[in-house]
Amino acid sequence: MNIRVLLTLWRREISATFASLIGYVVMAAVLLLLGVSFVLIVDALREPSDIPITELFYGSLFFWVILLLSTPIITMRTFAQERATGTYETLMTTPVSDPEVVLAKFAGSITFFACLWAPLLPCILVVRHYTSDPSALDWGTVASTYVGILSLGNLYVAIGLFASALTRNQIIAAIVGLALGVSLFLFSFAAPALAGRAPWSTSILREFSLVEQMWEFARGVVDVRHLVFHSSLAGVFLFLTYKTIEARRWR
Amino acid sequence: METKPVIEVSRLTKHYGRVTAVDELSFTVGPREIVGFLGPNGAGKSTTMRILAGFLPASSGSARIAGFDVFHQSAEVRRRIGYMPENNPLPPDMRVREYLKFRARLKGLYGTECRLRVDLVQELCGLRDMGRRIIGTLSKGYRQRVGLADALVHDPPLLILDEPTIGLDPNQIRSLRQLIKDLGQRHSVLLSSHILPEVEMTCTRVLIMHRGRVRAAGTTADLQDSMSGGQQVVAEIEAPESDLRECWETMPEIASFNLAPASGNYIRCALTPVNGGDLRDRVYEETRTHGWRLRELTFSRHSLEDIFVHLTRAERTEE
Repeated sequence: MNIRVLLTLWRREISATFASLIGYVVMAAVLLLLGVSFVLIVDALREPSDIPITELFYGSLFFWVILLLSTPIITMRTFAQERATGTYETLMTTPVSDPEVVLAKFAGSITFFACLWAPLLPCILVVRHYTSDPSALDWGTVASTYVGILSLGNLYVAIGLFASALTRNQIIAAIVGLALGVSLFLFSFAAPALAGRAPWSTSILREFSLVEQMWEFARGVVDVRHLVFHSSLAGVFLFLTYKTIEARRWR
Repeated sequence: METKPVIEVSRLTKHYGRVTAVDELSFTVGPREIVGFLGPNGAGKSTTMRILAGFLPASSGSARIAGFDVFHQSAEVRRRIGYMPENNPLPPDMRVREYLKFRARLKGLYGTECRLRVDLVQELCGLRDMGRRIIGTLSKGYRQRVGLADALVHDPPLLILDEPTIGLDPNQIRSLRQLIKDLGQRHSVLLSSHILPEVEMTCTRVLIMHRGRVRAAGTTADLQDSMSGGQQVVAEIEAPESDLRECWETMPEIASFNLAPASGNYIRCALTPVNGGDLRDRVYEETRTHGWRLRELTFSRHSLEDIFVHLTRAERTEE
């Protein structure tokens, strides 16, 4: 693992994302959704409540729509496009190793994903400026929320990367990534659906509920179990990506 | 002077499902040799090159580059080759210099070394003023140069170029040919093409591939010699046709001949010798003894094209 090679590839990934139209379309869409949710938050603030503002937003569907839709679109390019244009061949015939390529592409996508959430900080500052009660929004909850965003983002970017490594068609990559991601998200609703019928399965499934986990992050609870769950699942998908890439050398 | 072969391929085989693309291929390439890979489409040239570049694994057999196995020591091999794939894929969004620097870094050149090598290959490939241009806006010829500059940037002992002249205009082909010849002074080059004169002019040695196998190998002259019985002597002589006919029929060295009227009162005689000998002296003597006028006397060797067509067509009729 050569750190300079990683940095070179990472920089290339980022510049490729920002040079593509897709990057700006995703940014514009996310900005729109963040803006709408901001309006709703400001609206909600008119009435007194005990709920932290972060929870108002991250507990809502806005967060999930952005996460579920943006990640497959960010990552669909990574491997599929290089394969389609053939630059994959020139990349893989330089002395870079497969794990370096996978990690650099992962890092590039997660960097872009993190940038998408940057506009939220000014929103929070605006809310903070106009609320009389400073405790309505403390930095601890904001930080834990960001930890949650990145933790789930890691997982979803890893899934998208895996989908992109499977094919040379970006559309297929996006759809496979979306299907995997949405399925994982829907697990959250399996527990309530099975409630009463099989209590043991409900208690297991509840542990896999991403929605509930995000609620906790937004409430200011950083549960290490959730972090371990997300990062190990992300690790599994990165490993699968690596194996998919490596399989080419055996075919 | 090292004399160890740069490429050693032995019994290399590659199957795609049930199709055999490369079939027990064996050859070697020595240092500072320019070897041309020639063959019709689908002969297995690109597949062989991809295996050598470490992009595809072989089904069986082995290939070594500078003593390193392409499968087991892939990273070492990739450090030592400059590979330009078919169609020369490039990222359209990058600038020329940015791309070359990116590639140089991936190949292990950093800092001053990276900058100097990129300067050098830009100069070498005629890209000095093109550094700021976006690759997507370049013409085909310039793109090809960028691909070549990329293959050269880490100064590899071996260059593998898959159809480097495809899509270039004649002037560009000529300058690229010269560039490759110059490169052959320091590097070994394996290039593929189905443009025959191209290979004939650039390469020190030719490998003719067909259906995954090497059909013929050697210098162009070697290949021509190996095609015995095919050479002809062509003479244009001013004489009555019947006299000529009689003369050639009685000459034991001539296996067959063909007469065709040419301009003036001349007749163009194409004479095929019995076993590949040179008939020019005999023909000249005949014309002198008969008092005929002779205005052309040439010994036509097989062009690479004839050999190529011969080898690749013979196979087809066998099946």
